[in-house]
Amino acid sequence: MSDDIVNLEVDGKPVTGRKGQMLIEVTDSVGAYVPRFCYHEKLSIAANCRMCLIDIVGAPKPIPACAQPITEGMKVFTKSPRAIAAQKATMEFLLINHPLDCPICDQGGECELQDLAMGYGRDISRYNDGKRVVKDKDIGPLVSTDMTRCIHCTRCVRFGEEIQGNPQLGTVERGEQVKISTYVEQNVDHELSANIIDLCPVGALNNKPYRYSARAWEMEQRATISPHDCVGSNLYAHVLRGTVKRIVPRDNEAINETWISDRDRFSYEAIYAADRLKTPRIKSGSEWRELDWSAALERAAEVLGQAKGDKLGVIASPAATVEESSLLSRLADHLGTNNIDHRIGRRDVSDQDKDPVFETLGCSIDEIEQQGSVLVVGSNIRNEAPIIAHRLRKAALKGCKVNFANAQEYEYFFDVADYRSGRGLVELLSGIAVAAADGRVLPDSIAKLCKGVSASDADQRIAAALKASDESLILLGAIAGRHAAYSAIRALGAAIATLTGAKLGNVTMGPNSAGASLAGVLPHRTVGGKTRGKAGKSVAQMLESALDAVLLVNVEPDADIHATVDAVNKLKKQKFVIALTPFATDALLECADLLLPIGTFAETSGTYVNVAGTWQSFGGVANPVGEARPCWKVLRVLGNLLNADGFDYVTSEDVLAEIKATLGKVDPGSYKVGGAIARPNGADAPADEIDTPLYSMDGLVRRANALQKTLSAKRAAGSD
Amino acid sequence: MKQFIGYIKTFALWELLKGLSVTQKQFFKKSVTLEYPDEKTPQSHRFRGLHALRRYPNGEERCIACKLCEAVCPALAITIESNVSDDGTRRTSRYDIDLFKCIYCGFCEEACPVDAIVETRIHEYHMEAPGENIMTKDKLLAIGDKYDAMISADKAADAKYR
Repeated sequence: MSDDIVNLEVDGKPVTGRKGQMLIEVTDSVGAYVPRFCYHEKLSIAANCRMCLIDIVGAPKPIPACAQPITEGMKVFTKSPRAIAAQKATMEFLLINHPLDCPICDQGGECELQDLAMGYGRDISRYNDGKRVVKDKDIGPLVSTDMTRCIHCTRCVRFGEEIQGNPQLGTVERGEQVKISTYVEQNVDHELSANIIDLCPVGALNNKPYRYSARAWEMEQRATISPHDCVGSNLYAHVLRGTVKRIVPRDNEAINETWISDRDRFSYEAIYAADRLKTPRIKSGSEWRELDWSAALERAAEVLGQAKGDKLGVIASPAATVEESSLLSRLADHLGTNNIDHRIGRRDVSDQDKDPVFETLGCSIDEIEQQGSVLVVGSNIRNEAPIIAHRLRKAALKGCKVNFANAQEYEYFFDVADYRSGRGLVELLSGIAVAAADGRVLPDSIAKLCKGVSASDADQRIAAALKASDESLILLGAIAGRHAAYSAIRALGAAIATLTGAKLGNVTMGPNSAGASLAGVLPHRTVGGKTRGKAGKSVAQMLESALDAVLLVNVEPDADIHATVDAVNKLKKQKFVIALTPFATDALLECADLLLPIGTFAETSGTYVNVAGTWQSFGGVANPVGEARPCWKVLRVLGNLLNADGFDYVTSEDVLAEIKATLGKVDPGSYKVGGAIARPNGADAPADEIDTPLYSMDGLVRRANALQKTLSAKRAAGSD
Repeated sequence: MKQFIGYIKTFALWELLKGLSVTQKQFFKKSVTLEYPDEKTPQSHRFRGLHALRRYPNGEERCIACKLCEAVCPALAITIESNVSDDGTRRTSRYDIDLFKCIYCGFCEEACPVDAIVETRIHEYHMEAPGENIMTKDKLLAIGDKYDAMISADKAADAKYR
């Protein structure tokens, strides 16, 4: 590969680069900073800001570093008088039309133009004519615009074209009159659209809910992890006096690159929602009254202590951290119950013994890009995990054949090879399985399912694509996971994977489904995936039976539980329901008997295990609201009051260290093939499938005002 | 010999007489002390006393909640919360100055891009109850309104040096 190495000289120092690299990449790699506005390493090269003009020996004029490929023997000066003069001249032109409103601009203090103007701007403007003024546009509830500040770097336009795939912003007119605008009067409405806030080097595009509420320099930046999807996007929370003011992305090339979804960015609004539960409450008669923590905890411990054994149920959210899950699992063990489950969305648990230790993606998140062929089954992937959808799009652009099998067709902004839809998932997959077998005998597990099924041309193409590439992947999404015939879908998926040499993966629900499975928040398995002596009841079974006490952890029965229908009424029939919840929802007020306020993801420390099996710990970033306490602390005190052994933790790190030591090295394992699966009778109707809209998938996004005002949310609610 | 002169000075109360001679000299000079509440020293137009928030002549608040004064304040005496106002502009929803923390350095006034926060010549004020040391936005605006003529005159006098 020595042909690929290019030797050049930057500021008199010898440097090597790869053939095809642009000069700015090489200067960046050796730390010779070249000022820039339009260049962004994740976007294509536009070379329209002209700020990165540098001096190349032999070139008659300064040349933009971002658009100049490196050549052998090139001699470059980034800070020569000619380069600096060119950059200063560019800056003077940029500042001609840029308003001097830094004191009221939200970008003030973190503005690339402001920073560079300090180094390259003149003290006094030589321009005395009128400045350009551009009318602001309402591009949606997430992004505010001050278009007079725009310097036309077109990063936002390129983001729309290249990352989203559906350009929502573009340039209209040209020369002096050029403007960034929406093509038609439509909201910028894509699940990643708010990333243009970070891309904008000036204050033209800004965070609308955050508007004017704080300044960049006065906030503390604290690292946290996204609590919404199984990806576990890395975030920074910007906190002012204990209050989260905004969320921005934290770079992690292996997970979210530099992007985050809009719901990761704006769901923090829910922390300060009107219906936050601020003190413990107990129902006496039909009235709710407030009580103090010690009385509430004693009452909870009393109820749990009396309901020992099979008469106690624990229903946890997959958004509970590893620490909370571990304490819950041990508390259930102490109380002698196996009725503990976090699979609030899973309807079909008939083959739960075949589950892997925890469901994974089948590969790491960045490896999705390297797949040659992907079959996505039962997933509205852009809703379920926007970052995985983005990776899939990148793969498709590289030539990966992406196929879908969904009852309903969802919109994707790349070329989908084949979209199988219109029928139930089992029916769709059996066709693909027959095509994959290609005349060979079908495995026993799916023989009954595929009896009499013939493969269509599209099925043949999908099977051929999966076979043809070395790296291929079958992804079962959340719609599949919630499907009433999940066992059949999974058996078919696994059989197709075996027949075609593909990997089988899941897009799981909630941020910590993997961690909850590992910690033993399952009725049939204990910590580390070891089988329990006697399987307890799943979520649906618990709600069907008459229990003395039910402990709900961070679950809204009306909106989160899909495992069974009418969960609220079923909970009302239980003797005593204790809910650990950040929010006092109407449904909980109706069906619970004791409410204990716990912190949201921002107010607790903890760990999430994402779908690729990556453990990511985070600290509490904000002050608790009201008397809310981190959930793990509540569980620890409950353990103490119930005289459980070893509940004397001081920090959540102690809990984590203990579960890590118990687990040792974890192998996610894989789906165990076996046993013939019968045809789902009537359970395969497309109308019966459950898809949760983008902005109602968990309690946090349901309470984020800005997200609820988006077109997506309005469309889902049927009001637009 | 030195010791002998020392004894004479001691017994003649020489040091006392030397001291009293100063008193005697001052006794016949013009007095420099003032009868404070009735008489006052002249003040510079740059005197840094009690703070005020100013308005434009049309009654609009000057302060735009840029928080530069809060950032520059060496005593961390200023606390600001900002938000979008009803007319869509950037405004403070809270502007507090803790007079116990304030060291009257005048940096807030220097930092202000719109001449909103100023230190007036008022230096005769007191607090009677805990909490009165916190100057809220309303109090600061009221001072600005009341002493607008004085503040404007002082600003005008200083304008040529800026």
